[in-house]
Amino acid sequence: MNAISQLGFDVTRIRRDFPILSEKIRGKDLVFLDSGASAQKPVVVMEAMLHAMQHQYANVHRGLHWMSERTTEAYEETRDSIARLLNAADRSEIVFTHNSTEAFNLVAHSFGRGVLKPGQAVVVSEMEHHANLVPWQMLRDAHGVELRIAPITDAGELDMAGLESLLGDGKVGLVSITHMSNVLGTYTPAERIVKLAHAYGAKVMLDGSQAVVHRAVDVQALDVDFYTFTGHKLYGPTGIGALYGKRELLDSMPPFMGGGDMIGSVTYQKSTWAETPHKFEAGTPAILEGIGLNAAIKYVEAIGYPAIAAHETALTEHALARLSSIDGVNLFGRAQDRGGVISFTLDGAHAHDVATLLDRQGIAVRAGHHCAEPLMHRLGVQSTARASFGVYTTLEEIDALADTLVRVREFFQ
Amino acid sequence: MFEDLRDLYQEVILDRGRKPHHGRRLETFDAQAKGDNPMCGDRVTVFLRRDDGRVQELGFEARGCAISVASADLMADAVIGHTPDEIRAMAESFVDMARTGVSDDAALETLRPLAGVHDYPSRVKCATLPWAALQAALDGAAEGVATSE
Repeated sequence: MNAISQLGFDVTRIRRDFPILSEKIRGKDLVFLDSGASAQKPVVVMEAMLHAMQHQYANVHRGLHWMSERTTEAYEETRDSIARLLNAADRSEIVFTHNSTEAFNLVAHSFGRGVLKPGQAVVVSEMEHHANLVPWQMLRDAHGVELRIAPITDAGELDMAGLESLLGDGKVGLVSITHMSNVLGTYTPAERIVKLAHAYGAKVMLDGSQAVVHRAVDVQALDVDFYTFTGHKLYGPTGIGALYGKRELLDSMPPFMGGGDMIGSVTYQKSTWAETPHKFEAGTPAILEGIGLNAAIKYVEAIGYPAIAAHETALTEHALARLSSIDGVNLFGRAQDRGGVISFTLDGAHAHDVATLLDRQGIAVRAGHHCAEPLMHRLGVQSTARASFGVYTTLEEIDALADTLVRVREFFQ
Repeated sequence: MFEDLRDLYQEVILDRGRKPHHGRRLETFDAQAKGDNPMCGDRVTVFLRRDDGRVQELGFEARGCAISVASADLMADAVIGHTPDEIRAMAESFVDMARTGVSDDAALETLRPLAGVHDYPSRVKCATLPWAALQAALDGAAEGVATSE
């Protein structure tokens, strides 16, 4: 832990920023190990949204009055923060979405139908969230684009040779893969994926929904073409996320949805589109949520990714050591490079029963297929329980999980 | 540690969840249907054999939690020998009991251990899923949908 405290990381102090963590669940301390589904929010996020509602709120991009101008500035500042967070070359490369799911649908629609040609192919991996699978199935059925599934190894890593063999015929226009698995915790080798795909003429989209919570992301260093994350897993509000896209790619794509805010000019006969990124942002956006996300990003930046990543590594190592030493606990995913998302099953007890018992001790984990049903089949299970960590997670909480799991096993024996 | 959970996980539920009496595909059956809970991946398939207008035998294949397996097994005990109309009425009473925790329906006597799920809103569907599958089988449908609302 010394290395972490040298980075100025103090989990006790951080926990004070998250008032919900002092809630009691049926008289027990809340042990929140479900941050991978949605993270808790620090006070600064709540205050930013409350402040906007109390002092400077109006619709954005349209009012000529003080309130609208100030609100537009506050909202648009978030675009700068996201560009900084991802190290995008230009703020116009950041498109606001409501979540990662919308970002995938946007790319599947605007890049998939607008740029890809029938007969070309899209590659996803076996360990994708449904958000990075279903939109491509819909594209395949509507547009005649082939969908290919890149295999993973039994350790839960992307099979790079398998990926390369799918690229061999040169038909693949886009490789869309998670940067960090929401089930296995695997970090994929993003830089190598991008290099490989580009060598075969394919663009790359990465799902950063989990990764950006734990690690610094540099889209320019990665040379990735599209990158998406969602605000609510990054300690921000729900309903706001972002898509990064290289400017020339976004420029080459038709709009996603039509409506207000995305137009240049409109007549009854036809319309022209606003410039990138606004042509992808139809309708009144999630203004307050955008303002809240800005506060969340600044909060994360103030802690700093080196400290966040070191804390995550310490938690993950501790959790893997504790959980793997319990008889009857089976851990999924043994990737060399993995982070704070750990799926497991317990012999003799279904994941839902495990989750219900843990919940009775105030321990919140997720149980089910984690929006990755095909991956469950690949792993040969119906469902797993999943513990996932955030900046506020402590080693003691992991101990509580491990100690309670021993009792859960006894209960079902 | 889990004493307050004994309402939900009564001995009979743990026993039947582990070793169901009717957990098998019937060799001969005249109706079958499955129930899926897409939110959690649970699935129950029921197989029925009817004779003289009554269910003579019921078997099931389940992948799911202790609650859903025990519910399917106790359901089989409860419905054998009954007519489809009686079973539909039991299903209605059962779903009501799973949501509210109480029932004055005498036909549900052996199913009462499952009343504890009403305290666990996310688990109500686990108990009602086998009944949804059974109703679908009686209706000649391929699939039943469990609702918790």
